[in-house]
Amino acid sequence: MLPRLRRAALPYLLLLPALVLELLIHLVPMVVGIVMSFRQLTQFFIRNWSAAPWTGFGNYRVAVDFSAPIGKSLLNSFWVTCSFTLLAVGFSWLLGTAAAIFMQESFWGRGVLRAVFLIPYALPVYAAVITWSFMFQRDTGLINHVLGDELHLVGEKPFWLIGDNSFAALTVVAVWKTWPFAFLTLMAGLQNIPRDLYEAAAMDGASVWQQIRQITMPALRPVNQVLLLVLFLWTFNDFNTPYILFGASAPEAADLISIHIYQASFVTWNFGSGSAMSVLLLLFLLLVTAVYLVLTSRWRDADA
Amino acid sequence: MPRPLVSPMAPPASFLWVRRIFLTLLTVFALAPVFVMISSSLKPLQDVQGPFRWIPSEVTLRPYIDIWSTVPLWDYFVNSTIVSLCATVFSVVIAIFAAYAVSRYRFRGRRVFTMTVLATQMLPGILFLLPLFLIFVNIGDATGIALHGTRGGLILTYLTFSLPFSIWMLVGYFDSIPRELDEAAAMDGCGPLRTLLQIIVPAAVPGIIAVSVYAFMTAWGEVLFASVLTNDTTRTLAIGLKGYATQYDVYWNQVMAASLVVSVPVVAGFLLLQRYLVTGLTAGAVK
Repeated sequence: MLPRLRRAALPYLLLLPALVLELLIHLVPMVVGIVMSFRQLTQFFIRNWSAAPWTGFGNYRVAVDFSAPIGKSLLNSFWVTCSFTLLAVGFSWLLGTAAAIFMQESFWGRGVLRAVFLIPYALPVYAAVITWSFMFQRDTGLINHVLGDELHLVGEKPFWLIGDNSFAALTVVAVWKTWPFAFLTLMAGLQNIPRDLYEAAAMDGASVWQQIRQITMPALRPVNQVLLLVLFLWTFNDFNTPYILFGASAPEAADLISIHIYQASFVTWNFGSGSAMSVLLLLFLLLVTAVYLVLTSRWRDADA
Repeated sequence: MPRPLVSPMAPPASFLWVRRIFLTLLTVFALAPVFVMISSSLKPLQDVQGPFRWIPSEVTLRPYIDIWSTVPLWDYFVNSTIVSLCATVFSVVIAIFAAYAVSRYRFRGRRVFTMTVLATQMLPGILFLLPLFLIFVNIGDATGIALHGTRGGLILTYLTFSLPFSIWMLVGYFDSIPRELDEAAAMDGCGPLRTLLQIIVPAAVPGIIAVSVYAFMTAWGEVLFASVLTNDTTRTLAIGLKGYATQYDVYWNQVMAASLVVSVPVVAGFLLLQRYLVTGLTAGAVK
């Protein structure tokens, strides 16, 4: 009887450390965060947060009151994040797909090139983004030197890290940092397409471009389903890129949602309202993910 | 059979030219920051304070000496190394046990566990940053176990960041190891733990290496939690590099030299082991 019980308990024992840590660092804080969002949690209650007064949906009402300054700037941040995500994920996916397809066949120097393409992914994000911020400096940076002094595309050298241009700068850096992951994943996906498919298509007279459209892209669909979702979630939640590029207060045009919430929480020390915004963000992401999974699975079933 | 000189699959010239141009442009894009990093780190200060120049007016190694005294870079290096190594070791060991359970046992809650673990990685970090900060501060006040501002707290946090992906990747690896090996070991009287340590782990070395690289990179590059959970004595490189910007001046040549120095260990490790990482990703991702 006893050994049998021990056998049944074994998998749970093996999982226990992972489970405890996931609970402590992710799930408990999440629950605490939801509770916090219903409280008036200012700096006076940091060391004794259970004493903070309840406010019901007060923090939420403030966050979504789009006629008042707090709600208005949250809405602005939300739209900025949406367009940023759309552009950054789109371009990253495009570059990753093109590079993976072009490097499907082996050619001279392919191995070296693959290593080169993975460097942006391997570099620590702060080292890479600091370098980009140097490149984007108005008077001393590489970008303005090339655009202004060498190509003469711009007359007056523009600022890249403040004002409206900051959105473009942020997107470029995010694409640079993200596309190698798409490339890596799609390369792995391409390895599973049987070679005979291409040979048969070539025999039938299909051109390279037709083969890509009719064999490669459909075969990559399952990988793309997961990849696009992961890219979306990572990019939408991106904190590191704007934080290192602009510091804790991002320009309005590049005020991504994570930075916005961070700012609202740690600069004003109003954790209650920051938590309410985080919960709203979570609900939005859950909704998008659910809709995405339902739609893409339905399309997959319809194709099959 | 001798290979024909021109196979029927040989792509047309238009394809080759598009490929050549595209891959060249992409290489320039990928390497531009690396070029700026290396070249600027060899320039004297006046070169990086004026308009950008492709070639330094003189090549100097001065920035590589100055970086260690402008900010306590060595302390940051030590902190980052300790935190990343510990987080990696704990994360990989814990992931091995968990992946073994998921791969070899059918138990109640198995699916829930894997789905929940994967889902946590998709959550916005900002969502649990504030509560985690509060929890760490309050645990410290209640029990005296200091987690806020210490390396221990950071290690604990970072190891959970790489855990989900590590478990997922190792399950893929373990699944590909034939069960006959387990059964043979059981016949010889090996218990489950000895089977894991003597049969499974040695067979999964490439996967374990890949997971370790991933865990180390994750910890070495983390910024958001480091900015809140560290203090002056436990600061990591991610936050420490900001120190080269003073109120009046940014020593860009030193920033670039320091960035290069902190990048070399991870990039070198990654490039050396990328083969394992790609195969590991394939085992996990393409199922």
